[in-house]
Amino acid sequence: MIRFSHVTKSFGSRAVLQNLDLEIHKGELTFIIGKSGEGKSVTIKHMMGLLQPDSGQVYVEGVDVAKLGPNELLQVRRKFGILFQQAALFDSMTVEENIQFPLREQTNFTPSQIEHRVEEVLRQVDMPHSNRKYPDALSTGEKKRVGLARALAAKPQILLYDEPTTGMDPLISEMIDALIVQVNQEEKEITSIVISHDLKAALATADRIIMLYQGRVELAGPPSVFRNADSPVVRQFFSGKVDGPMEFL
Amino acid sequence: MGAVGSFALYLREIFRHMFRGPFRGREILQQLEIIGNESAPIILLTGFFTGAVFGLQIGGIFLIFRAESLMGGATAIALATELAPLVAAFLLIGRVGAAMTAEISTMVVQEQVLALEAMGVHPIHYLVVPRVVASMVMMPLLCGIFMAVGVFGALLIGLFLYDVDQGVFFERVTTMVVGHDIVAGLRKMLVFSFFISAICCRRGLSASGGAKGVGLATTTAVVTSLLMVLCIDFLISYFQIRWIS
Repeated sequence: MIRFSHVTKSFGSRAVLQNLDLEIHKGELTFIIGKSGEGKSVTIKHMMGLLQPDSGQVYVEGVDVAKLGPNELLQVRRKFGILFQQAALFDSMTVEENIQFPLREQTNFTPSQIEHRVEEVLRQVDMPHSNRKYPDALSTGEKKRVGLARALAAKPQILLYDEPTTGMDPLISEMIDALIVQVNQEEKEITSIVISHDLKAALATADRIIMLYQGRVELAGPPSVFRNADSPVVRQFFSGKVDGPMEFL
Repeated sequence: MGAVGSFALYLREIFRHMFRGPFRGREILQQLEIIGNESAPIILLTGFFTGAVFGLQIGGIFLIFRAESLMGGATAIALATELAPLVAAFLLIGRVGAAMTAEISTMVVQEQVLALEAMGVHPIHYLVVPRVVASMVMMPLLCGIFMAVGVFGALLIGLFLYDVDQGVFFERVTTMVVGHDIVAGLRKMLVFSFFISAICCRRGLSASGGAKGVGLATTTAVVTSLLMVLCIDFLISYFQIRWIS
């Protein structure tokens, strides 16, 4: 579904991705984990062509995204839905208008179809009566849920979650995690990719986990592989201890 | 040179997206309302006082030569060719341009622009083109209003301070100001409006670094727009005078 081949990306003198090779399989719930600054968000931005690699290829369904022109890139981006870290809702629009936006831009739905789909996704994220509210009137957890509803609205093939539970209290984190699993179970065709520090959620819910370290894949596999990992870096990350081989910038 | 080249490419992108669908009627209407309706009161007020003060000053000078009846024509010609486009442009940079930059840069730092791109929507098409189009429609209109209200301000000064007859005032205005002068002022404002909106949107799109970045982008947008307006004003005036002579 998605494949990175020898991808390198630097910002100034700082190399974030170094010869990165990874694969995301269709229909799976994949967690990409790693400590801050390891290039997790940079990785998903490459998938959507929001960033271009310095070298290497990023294939989305066999198409090298880095070689596409602006119009073709827009078509590829329409395969994706993304839940941003801060939800990134348009604050000049109501909840309803936020969710309508991708439907207006990416589909040929009639107004009644759009209205029906908005109600459907709002029910899916358990926010059925929030249509007229503005993002300012929503709590952080509610914003995330509306962000997820917007990401789901145009029925994407690939759903990206950029640190969906960062900075949230345990209860809301639990709720968002449950929602990710629920969406993954309900929408069988969707490939879900979650960027996260939440190891508990990754081990409990992921089909596959990819751990990035120093711009490369340190370990990839199902949760069982991570529970029994020999890699000192993986073990340090899971133990949460400062002492160990992992370097901190 | 790099900055000039990159700005030229940005302008090319604006033109490219301006004539490409879908037509953003709703966004253009919103911007017409923000730029036009919401700026009208300040334009009316400033236009009135600019005309009144200019009339007061020029009337005082003309009074020495017992030619105070010329004050209406002199004020109108100054308003049409220079004062109205320049003062209105300065006001609109502060009111509209700064708001454009602040709004877009906030969207950038809150990842809303990234969200647009992720949904396959080009930020220039969705954010910049409606603002540029609405500015090019509304700002010349506001400039025209500024001219008219300015002449009214000068008329009141003429009537009540210099005892200029109303008929004589308007006769001088219509004799001294020809259609070409008004068109020249409005044309100037049309060019200003394009550059003000383009510069302010660009500064917004290139913002980074949170609240500080928003503030910096807004300040830079206002300063750059002011300088650009003055440079363009000089160039247009220079070529107009060369062309006439």
